[in-house]
Amino acid sequence: MNRREFTKAMLACGAAIPFGITRAAGQTRGGTLNTIIQPEPPVLVTALNQQQPTLTLGGKIYEGLLKYDADLKPMPGMAQSWEVSPDGLTYTFKLFPGITFHDGKPMTSEDVVFSCMKLLVETHPRARQNFSRVASAEAPDPLTVVFELKQPFAPFIGCFDCTSAPIVPKHIYDGTDYRKNPENDKAIGTGPFKLKEWVRGSHVHLVRHDGYYLKDEPYLDEIVYRVIPDAASRALALENGTVQLVQWSDVEFYDVQRFKAQKNLEFTTKGYEYFAPHQWLEMNNRIAPMNDKRFRQAVMHLIDREAFSKRVYFGNAKVATGPISSKTRFYDPNVKRYEFSVDKAKALLDDMGLKPGANGKRAEIKYIVPPYSESYQRAGEFFRQSFARVGIDLVLVGTDMAGWAEKVGNWDYEMTQNLLYQLGDPALGVARTYISSNIKKGILFSNTQGYSNPEVDKLFDEAAITLDAAKRQELYSKVQQILVEDVPVAWTLEIEYPIIYDKAFRNIVTTGIGSHETFGSVYKS
Amino acid sequence: MTPLGSAAAIGLQAISRIAQLVAVILVIATFNFVLVRAAPGDPAQVMAGQSGASDPKLLDDLRKEYGLDKPYFVQLVSHLGRIVRLDLGYSYRQRRPVVDLILERLPATLLLTVTAFCLALLIGTALGALAGLAAGSVLDTVFTVLSLVLYATPVFWLGLMLVLVFSVTLGWLPPFGYETINVQLSPIAHALDIMKHMIMPVTSLAAIYLAIYARLMRSSIIEVAQQDFIKTARAKGLSGTRIVVGHMLRNALVPVVTVAGMQAGALVGGAVVIETVFAWPGLGRLTFEALLQRDYPVLLGIFLILSIVVIVLNLLTDLVYRLIDPRMTTGAA
Repeated sequence: MNRREFTKAMLACGAAIPFGITRAAGQTRGGTLNTIIQPEPPVLVTALNQQQPTLTLGGKIYEGLLKYDADLKPMPGMAQSWEVSPDGLTYTFKLFPGITFHDGKPMTSEDVVFSCMKLLVETHPRARQNFSRVASAEAPDPLTVVFELKQPFAPFIGCFDCTSAPIVPKHIYDGTDYRKNPENDKAIGTGPFKLKEWVRGSHVHLVRHDGYYLKDEPYLDEIVYRVIPDAASRALALENGTVQLVQWSDVEFYDVQRFKAQKNLEFTTKGYEYFAPHQWLEMNNRIAPMNDKRFRQAVMHLIDREAFSKRVYFGNAKVATGPISSKTRFYDPNVKRYEFSVDKAKALLDDMGLKPGANGKRAEIKYIVPPYSESYQRAGEFFRQSFARVGIDLVLVGTDMAGWAEKVGNWDYEMTQNLLYQLGDPALGVARTYISSNIKKGILFSNTQGYSNPEVDKLFDEAAITLDAAKRQELYSKVQQILVEDVPVAWTLEIEYPIIYDKAFRNIVTTGIGSHETFGSVYKS
Repeated sequence: MTPLGSAAAIGLQAISRIAQLVAVILVIATFNFVLVRAAPGDPAQVMAGQSGASDPKLLDDLRKEYGLDKPYFVQLVSHLGRIVRLDLGYSYRQRRPVVDLILERLPATLLLTVTAFCLALLIGTALGALAGLAAGSVLDTVFTVLSLVLYATPVFWLGLMLVLVFSVTLGWLPPFGYETINVQLSPIAHALDIMKHMIMPVTSLAAIYLAIYARLMRSSIIEVAQQDFIKTARAKGLSGTRIVVGHMLRNALVPVVTVAGMQAGALVGGAVVIETVFAWPGLGRLTFEALLQRDYPVLLGIFLILSIVVIVLNLLTDLVYRLIDPRMTTGAA
């Protein structure tokens, strides 16, 4: 059988999927959605910058070929259908006809090939990793794109949402210095909203793209993203109705509770399934006593993670059981559990010879407090108290973003807290933290703690190229068991960021990427 | 000394100070560069850190683009060379000329700080003078307590309380921003709209400075009132108004002008907090964000401008001294 003779058994085409799953009768045209963007993005082109606010805002301007539902199953994006060859090497996408960029030029398969194979591999680290697996990409006709992989890569179909592979206009970027292209200020995409005005430091004003290819969409006339740097002021803005939507960490966790009770507001933690923020206490495995597995296991025992969730995150988090989030594919709950037990922690520490000295102290460890929000400061305080119970002095060290990035990236730390996105598949968002080949000095979000286990490397590698889901589950279950035994990092919580919005707005959360989505189907009732 | 001779002396002093200014600016520019670069971290790491994904190519590309791959000394020389050419460089993060960014944010900050400064100076000195003239009275006690409270109130807290009362509870004033977004207004309506947005941030920023000037003016007035020349003026039979306006106020203003001159620069520091609380799109916030992002060109550009502003203000303060008190002009004493 020729590789191009596709079977219909693989992932189904978009026509079969009810695209309007989130639609309800009675959508109305018009209306303005005011929301928050914080911190202000440096640029709106998501192909050039992948900070969370850039993705939130740029998601309305730039689209990908696919979307993913809450179970992370692919849905049509700009591709109305797609097929995967049985050997998992050929991916063929059929685009919707009539897609245009905001400057009126048609979007074709040439733009997709250019974006994925030329621009994104230069500017987008995640996309670079994914598309470096492609042997060739072709555009046989304006509405067809064919990717040929060098070898099977199971999660490849999960690499086409608007944050992972945003499509940019070839006619604007080809042959230019992408980062310095003057058109970057115009942010020309295909999304349902286009940039009208960006008053830096104040707001970004998006208006509907009248040439949008999906009938009736977008429903809203405009979206205004307000830059409100102070967390208390952001909470006030939601409270008094200045903004009607907050997402991610726009409001601090201690404010979330009162908004849950505000009658005009809707609260949900859905829409983070793709990112599945996973948090842990990171320990530099190169340095004693963190280089001893028993110490790391003791850390798992000495943190009361239920209390940590309640007191620091006010219940907006779930206890993490291992390296894979329960929201992510191939999660296995049947792993060793580390219940909160100070006695067990002490026994492990005694066993490794880390006994209390004359002053009752076993060790002093420096903990760098990540500077990202007040919750991190509170988390540091919680950990300090937890470690004190077994006679370990955790010394909290403050720094700013640049200082934290440099210290952690260059392995110049003892302990800190970290949070990574799982990106829908362990091969995309989990393996990077544990595989030996990703121990890269100077690089954040790599295997910064320096954990190395050849068996883990082998299992992750094999699972990434295995197509059979059952076999993948088997491999990932095994890797989860090993990692939970080795405890390279002390997993703490699956953070459940809230999306809080005015009940007048509907379809705010329609996919697994939540507020990063295009908002074409959002309407005001 | 004749008035003409006095003016010439002031002019000579001004020229001498301007020559010093140029030298000082270059020294400051070098010092700023060294200081800013001494902080840990670099912009490429910060950007990668916020993206949640990083690899060696991204960091190499960004460092090359920013010129951070060149030796430190070459970067310093390049920085000073740009200043001589009056070029403030290019923002790493926003990928735009620094001068554009500063000019874009400067009007909002000037509007906020100059208004707050003028209000604080005028009201503060007036209240301080009244309190000083009525030293020991109930009025003086009320002013003193009030100014102490204002002085001790954190700027951000006052700002948030004003928002809570006047925006959330009463709904009288807009809580954030510089203007109403997304509406078409006539020029007059637009000006009124901006003024309405200014009320709370200006009040918050002015409060602490108002308290400082009031307290300073009060003690200065009390001190001047006990001077011999005031007694002489009274003995000469001058009217109370003439003594106060012509003798007391003029002399009492000297320390206030000194402090005001020094604090004009510090106002920008206060503006960082107020601009953050009120989402005011000004220079203070740009500075703070550039610091967090290690956006060196923006930071150095702002520091340079602020240094120049402070130097010029000190120069003006010196000149104002001489206008207030001719004895301070060289050779006049």
